[in-house]
Amino acid sequence: MRAMILRVLMVIVPLILPALLLALPQGEYQLDVAMTVLLYVALGVGLNVTVGLAGLLDLGYIAFFGLGAYATAILMHGGPAQAEALGGWTYWMAVPAAVAVAGFAGLLIGLPTLRLRGDYLAIVTLAFGQIAKLTENNWDALTNGPQGMEVAKPVLFGFELRAGWQLYYILLLFVWIILWSVRNVNKSSVGRAWVAIREDEIAAASSGVNVPRTKLLAFVMGAAIAGLVGSFFAVKQGFVSPPSFDFIETVTILAMVVLGGIGSLPGVVLGAAMLAALPELLRSLPDMLGLGGQFDVTPYRMLLYGTAMVLMMAWRPEGLLPDAHRRAELHPDASGEAPDGSGEVRA
Amino acid sequence: MEGELLAQQVLNGLTIGSMYALIALGYTMVYGILQLINFAHGEVFMVGSFAGLGVLLLVERIAPGAGLVPALILALLAAMAAAALLGMLVERLAYRPLRHSPRLSLLITALGLSIILQNLVMLLVGTEDRAYPDRFTEALQEGFDVGAVHVAWQQLLTLGVALAFMGALTWMVRRTRLGKAMRATAEDPITAGLMGIEADRIVALTFAMGSALAAVGGVLFGLNYSINFFIGTQAGLKAFIAAVLGGIGSLPGAVVGGLLLGLIEALGAGYVSGTWKDVFAFVILAVVLVFRPAGLLGRPVVEKV
Repeated sequence: MRAMILRVLMVIVPLILPALLLALPQGEYQLDVAMTVLLYVALGVGLNVTVGLAGLLDLGYIAFFGLGAYATAILMHGGPAQAEALGGWTYWMAVPAAVAVAGFAGLLIGLPTLRLRGDYLAIVTLAFGQIAKLTENNWDALTNGPQGMEVAKPVLFGFELRAGWQLYYILLLFVWIILWSVRNVNKSSVGRAWVAIREDEIAAASSGVNVPRTKLLAFVMGAAIAGLVGSFFAVKQGFVSPPSFDFIETVTILAMVVLGGIGSLPGVVLGAAMLAALPELLRSLPDMLGLGGQFDVTPYRMLLYGTAMVLMMAWRPEGLLPDAHRRAELHPDASGEAPDGSGEVRA
Repeated sequence: MEGELLAQQVLNGLTIGSMYALIALGYTMVYGILQLINFAHGEVFMVGSFAGLGVLLLVERIAPGAGLVPALILALLAAMAAAALLGMLVERLAYRPLRHSPRLSLLITALGLSIILQNLVMLLVGTEDRAYPDRFTEALQEGFDVGAVHVAWQQLLTLGVALAFMGALTWMVRRTRLGKAMRATAEDPITAGLMGIEADRIVALTFAMGSALAAVGGVLFGLNYSINFFIGTQAGLKAFIAAVLGGIGSLPGAVVGGLLLGLIEALGAGYVSGTWKDVFAFVILAVVLVFRPAGLLGRPVVEKV
């Protein structure tokens, strides 16, 4: 019953949200905040595939998002100089290309790394994120360097979609596609293989799970989702430039996933909504309390995220809205028997 | 001219490489015992660098005419002590409670810690670049010329101090009782425990020593370059690559990896392109992971079942 209500809410509320928000004072601004939250939900769900479902820490996640955004910008407009041969694509043609570019990059990074221990992936992806940013900043001919590139709005049947609510529905469509595909894959044999790998890689391999390939699938899927969201981000902002794809953003999204519940779809939605909306709420808090002025949380934001990560891992690693299976994995003593069948020291 | 440029770049490369090596030792020591990549290690380096700056500024305030050498020694010792304490604190508060948790939890905790440290320092000292007092850096920039190659005192100092500490560490691990206990714990913590070696104490000491070495690197870095709250990320990443290149878990590997990485970067920057300097390190990481994941001096990794 609870799940039913939740599901209905997840469909109805986002559908009618623009109408509600636009009725409020500063409606356009409120709608923009809602879009930011939804964007982070989409990114959180994607990162959750890699981190939560397959248990792989991807610290270059935002670089895949950046690849999607830049691929969209370049395919629609071409680069500043030599790259003018590119360009001229419509937005709708650029979207699948952006997904493919990000997914392919994921394949290239994951292929050599995923054969090794999980820790290496964290470092390699961290390094990949740095290279991606360096490239965006320095490859002037393709990315226009630090000045960034302008991106036009999408056109549908000859109409330019520039209003906030029109963009909102494109994003909502993407989010639903992402949620639907992640849920289905997770319920398939691939999802069960992910669970098996999380619990015990060796046992999974002995039971016929192709461990590197199954991990690679999760990693590439996460990257492709980031690419899809990136292609939306490019047209929503109308502008792409390197600072949007900083490591800090990966940390932000990871904090959302950790807070809401690693491996849990409703949890990630909650975590993303909480952390994306929090700065906006805190900003207006002194005003609401009649103190006047604004409280800018920005300088303390990262400190809060870091603290949240450490505290959650120490006390509630399953997150605020945990996945039932995941909770059992993380609290072996509570359910009587350890899911990995041992109480032994894992060196 | 060609030969002189080469010699100058080799000297520069060895200088930066010895700093990478000092930080890489901390990664590799902790990894050897816990099979954990201590993400917060780069931040410990950064905190050590700032601790050194704090001491030197204090010396300038209290005793403006103090000798260069005693002031530097004081700064070095204070930075090492501060970093060692920080390292032990990090281990005790964040890693030890999670020793039986899934690896992902540990990685996330480590990342969270490094973000906390970075932002605490940022809130304390601000975002702008800081430099060690001119008196120290200027005196060290002097040096002597060998042909057209300028050898600065700071380069000799960096190399000398780094090599001295690496030598001391090697001696300690190979020859002392404590070193033997560390090797035993790395080999097999449970059996070592049965022989009366307290693993918790060894792990804490390992963190302390690795952190103190990172602080040495931090002070040397501060004498060569300006510092800010963000230096830990890049330096930590490079040092980790150095550790992997040499073979993670191997002490000589960390030293060889660090020096080699410094050389490759300096030569790459001098002969290929300065803009893309940072990419070389990552390319090396990728190549090592594909063709020789155990590194140059590491033992091939056998997954224990």
